[in-house]
Amino acid sequence: MTTADELREVARKCRVHIVDMVYRAQAGHPGGSLSEIDLMTALYKTQLNVRPSEPKWEDRDRFILSKGHASPGMYAILAEMGFITVKDLESYRVLGGICQGHVDMKWCPGVDFSAGSLGMGLSFGMGTALAARLDGSNRQTYVMLGDGEIQEGSVWEAAMASAHHELGNLNVILDRNRIQNDDFCETQMRMFDIPAKWRAFGWNVMEIDGHDMEEIVEGLEFLAQSNDGPSILIAQTVKGKGISYMEDNPSFHGAAPNEEQYALAMKELGVSA
Amino acid sequence: MTKMEATRDGYGQALLELAENDKIVVLEADLGKSTKSLHFRKAHPERTVSCGIGEQNMLLVAAGMAASGYIPFASTFAIFTERAFEQMRNGVARPNLPVHLCGSHGGTHTGTDGSSAQSIEDLAIYRTLPNVTVIHPSDSVSTRILTKQLADSTSPSYMRTARNKTPVLYADAGDDVIQIGKGIELKDGKDVAIIACGVLVAEALKAADVLAEKGISATVVDMHTIKPIDSALIDVVAERCGALVTAEDHSIIGGLGGAVAEHLSTTNGTPLERVGVKDRFGESGQADEMLELMGLNAAHIVQAAEKSISRK
Repeated sequence: MTTADELREVARKCRVHIVDMVYRAQAGHPGGSLSEIDLMTALYKTQLNVRPSEPKWEDRDRFILSKGHASPGMYAILAEMGFITVKDLESYRVLGGICQGHVDMKWCPGVDFSAGSLGMGLSFGMGTALAARLDGSNRQTYVMLGDGEIQEGSVWEAAMASAHHELGNLNVILDRNRIQNDDFCETQMRMFDIPAKWRAFGWNVMEIDGHDMEEIVEGLEFLAQSNDGPSILIAQTVKGKGISYMEDNPSFHGAAPNEEQYALAMKELGVSA
Repeated sequence: MTKMEATRDGYGQALLELAENDKIVVLEADLGKSTKSLHFRKAHPERTVSCGIGEQNMLLVAAGMAASGYIPFASTFAIFTERAFEQMRNGVARPNLPVHLCGSHGGTHTGTDGSSAQSIEDLAIYRTLPNVTVIHPSDSVSTRILTKQLADSTSPSYMRTARNKTPVLYADAGDDVIQIGKGIELKDGKDVAIIACGVLVAEALKAADVLAEKGISATVVDMHTIKPIDSALIDVVAERCGALVTAEDHSIIGGLGGAVAEHLSTTNGTPLERVGVKDRFGESGQADEMLELMGLNAAHIVQAAEKSISRK
């Protein structure tokens, strides 16, 4: 069993990878990668039944990063899990590289869905969950949604249909970082009571602090135990978490740090110069 | 008396026949009674997924099932598939997942529901997507055979079927005659070649009879597969006849006529006249009235053939 301290250390390493990738490419999406990474670290390390040496193993759990632009976070955890190498991370946004700008199942081992256009991952996850049920398998599907992403109407088509089909093997983690491309979500589209919306659609709902490892592990256990219908973990997070000047800052949704900012980020992440 | 059947019935029959493969699954968006997937639902409810009135979700649920080893056939009206175009583009075509999308009630021939239900651009838009095979069969038999062939494909497809009955053209034909990607020469003439698809193949055959009375010998090709287009056959009939006509219940922009014109632009300057919907929307009317109003029936094909010949 991985301890919370060990999880925090893996997440710290992932944050270093994330900032490295975006800095090297001078492009990409650091904010949402840093907000999601504690959740993804705990998921991969404590719940997800996958085989890094056999990424296409048919009975693996599926993880779908629906907010596919937050790909540095996914590539970081895939490298820490051993699906890809740390060297592979240098291919992020580089011609011919397996780390495409947005996660792509045709390019990168361990990626189950080609994302990049918001509002698609939950529907795809409903499909993999239905397939698991037809196969008589207990494998689980996990879908990571962004909070801005749920402004897409198609998310609610999928939410309604998944509850109708009572897909207890379908689990969503919502990265509620409160910021989208242009600004804070509240200025772009007020979403009112998000937990109430999911409950009204027939989902099991739990809310957690998405940066508290003990709470995250507990929340993932809730997803694993809730099998009477689809379940969602609504995780309150901070966009850009871990880098002082990126935290809660809409400017770092999709911007790279400069040289000085990079040095500061590395210092804050405990990397010696 | 020619037997009349709707191509959507061939689709429904094919799904039933395919059902012995337990990897076949069917997805519906509240129109199974219309697209004819209902027969599969009745026989195999456990492998039929109701997506409610939600086409965007349906396409990607199909993609998720295809990525898990299933062979999904999803259907709704042709016009409503277009609502999920980006899902088809990004979630199906891009990862090249074998999802088979069927749009029934295509074209102005669908009739009195009017222009909101008459898809005249579906063939064009799906033809732009890499990896996607685009098919528009002419009768119920070829629809059944082509649908069954799709189940063996490792790539996605879009098939348009029609609501209303048209003549059965292939009563005795099988897989040897009807194959994805191979146009079928129904008449072998030397003066002009009419390349048609869907409900206009029957009109093209009528047009060839009228042309024969005028001493003009016409080839008629059923080009049921719009992509990949059978360019070898286009070359053969262009060389032999020296004048071409395309005929489709679809916009003249981007569909069969567009595909043939694109091919000719890289080969030779054989005159081509395109019979199709001329950059406008339809309206409420019976199927035969719509073909007349839109300039799509046998008489219009005859005029186009004569014009194409005059340009030799």
